[in-house]
Amino acid sequence: MDKQPDPRASGAPDPRASGATPLVELKDIRIAFGGVQAVDGVSLDLYPGEVVGLLGHNGAGKSTLIKILSGAYKADSGEIWINGEKASIHSPRDARRYNIETIYQTLALADNLDAASNLFLGREIVTRMGFVDDARQEAETRKIMARLNPNFRKLSEPVSALSGGQRQSVAIARAVYFNARILIMDEPTAALGVHETQMVADLIQELKAQGLGIFLISHDTREMMELCDRVSVMKNGQLVGTERVEDVTEDDILSMIIMGKNPKRDAA
Amino acid sequence: MSDTDTVPNAAPSGQRPADKAPARSFLNQLELDLRLLGMVGAFIIVCVVFNVLTDGRFLTPRNIFNLSIQTVSVAIMATGMVFIIVTRHIDLSVGALLATASAVMAMMQTRWLPDMMGLPLGHAALPWLSIFAGLITGAVIGAFQGWLVGYLTIPAFIVTLGGLLIWRNVGWYITSGQTIGPLDETFQAFGGINGTLGAQWSWIAGLLAAVVAVLALWSARRNKIGHGFRVKPIWAEAVVMAIIVGAILGFVAILNAYEIPSRVLARDFAARGAEMPEGFTASYGIPYSVLLLIAVAVVMTVIARKTRLGRYIFATGGNPDAAELSGINTRLLTVKVFAIMGTLVAISAVVASARLTNHSNDIGTLDELRVIAAAVIGGTALSGGIGTIYGAILGALIMQSLQSGMAMVGVDAPLQNMVVGTVLVAAVLIDIIYRRRVGGK
Repeated sequence: MDKQPDPRASGAPDPRASGATPLVELKDIRIAFGGVQAVDGVSLDLYPGEVVGLLGHNGAGKSTLIKILSGAYKADSGEIWINGEKASIHSPRDARRYNIETIYQTLALADNLDAASNLFLGREIVTRMGFVDDARQEAETRKIMARLNPNFRKLSEPVSALSGGQRQSVAIARAVYFNARILIMDEPTAALGVHETQMVADLIQELKAQGLGIFLISHDTREMMELCDRVSVMKNGQLVGTERVEDVTEDDILSMIIMGKNPKRDAA
Repeated sequence: MSDTDTVPNAAPSGQRPADKAPARSFLNQLELDLRLLGMVGAFIIVCVVFNVLTDGRFLTPRNIFNLSIQTVSVAIMATGMVFIIVTRHIDLSVGALLATASAVMAMMQTRWLPDMMGLPLGHAALPWLSIFAGLITGAVIGAFQGWLVGYLTIPAFIVTLGGLLIWRNVGWYITSGQTIGPLDETFQAFGGINGTLGAQWSWIAGLLAAVVAVLALWSARRNKIGHGFRVKPIWAEAVVMAIIVGAILGFVAILNAYEIPSRVLARDFAARGAEMPEGFTASYGIPYSVLLLIAVAVVMTVIARKTRLGRYIFATGGNPDAAELSGINTRLLTVKVFAIMGTLVAISAVVASARLTNHSNDIGTLDELRVIAAAVIGGTALSGGIGTIYGAILGALIMQSLQSGMAMVGVDAPLQNMVVGTVLVAAVLIDIIYRRRVGGK
């Protein structure tokens, strides 16, 4: 933590920072694939009810960093703290135990199964006999879909028959249904139309109001400025900086992404 | 037929905003699986064509009985192959593993148990201990191959290609290449003709199965209503039930129509020291091996549809990464799937060796190809994620019908295999076209 500049030190005092425990603290995370240092000593934090955006070019290390938090990769070094306690996350199952849910860029759905089976994949509702209770799963799926995406109808068809937005709502429903405290969204709107993108944006606001912490990855700087409270920029596996969105302009962010430094910070 | 009084009922319900053409609404209302209908249709065509070509010799009770017992061994293994192929693997070793399991069981009951444990030949525990040993052998070897595939990430094709060479010759090695037999009489009862229920028990079993099937359909309907889901109209439910009950009881009636030849009966009476009454007849009824296949089919279908294990098998086949990210241990899953396959191979080994009444070196030769073909003809997609248990069994039945039908007609052996090969390729092509039409994967 001490090696990195404290992100909250910049600008006006953050109301959430007043003594609150961060939901997530990533401390000096490093991982290398072969000779390439994909993530090189990155520290980030996330507070309840906050959206932190991760920006950077392709290959900047955003997705890799986030996959360490979600348990898909194991960091070479560094620590993850959840709610002020050191966490050990070695697999997606571990991450779920800490109420970390991930919505992946590649939509991690089994195309051959229906929406309910995907929603409950790995956490099926079972009857007293130990069999999967399909009827109850479908009923629960209907309930949550009525809230998230009222137009959702194709409950008993394989999700391969669904549109991008419908598939995305299955993935989001999975996170919401299981009471995620920490939500990771990797390009959640990349495959969506205008209307569906708005739907996801509204949903992020709603989840934020419920006190979830959200890590959001996107290439769309403008969208990030609207949705996020803070943005962190990565380049070549390193953290360029973390800024509160009201302190920076879109141009500042772009130059952080492209040049790897904040012009204002340098001027100061 | 029930069609005549049910079709008019279909008209009013067709008036509500239906999403399909009204001409198809009758079939739609029944909510039957179109692929299942297609396969049953293909099977019926095969049967009818051969029946005509053989002047009615194909669809006799006797031939249907023989067809059933010939299909069992491959069909049991094909249900396991569905899980293997659904998880995007392959198992080329099933025929060879069958030989090893069969050799272990044959040696257990004729040499090892009598010589080492001092159990005399004919002892009541012999067949059961042998079967137990065979099942353990199959499960352990299957799990080991699954471990090589899942944890050491050696492709299943290579592991089981090696297994094909190894297990065939392990079987040879432990029997020193000898044919081992005759096998225990109780053991032989699993082979088919040497163990059947007889007419009365066959009817009881058939009625029981019919009642269970109707109750299962009814409770599924109640469950759906309980959650406020739309269910198919009651007449459609009744038609489906009638078809199933009719099929079960029809099958029993056909098997019961196959009477035991009177000279066999006379021999049995003579063996018991009794005189056969004049005009005495008895039927074979349902063979134990067919009951075994039905039991395997039910258990495997329940695993596939109703358990977490089955859900994970299909999820992993559909998208391995998604399954992994959902917290499914896909490596352990691979071990389980191959262990199930090994166990089923051992069950098939019981049936196959019992049918031959002995263990021979070449038992199960080329079975791997028949089993894979049965699963694939039955609609299992090699790209993973798609396949059904009933499809694999129907696939095995279609292949066996083709083969024995052509043999009855007198088609030359090379031509027989050419036809079966062509059918395999054509079945997959039809399946691809069907899926493209339906818009699936």
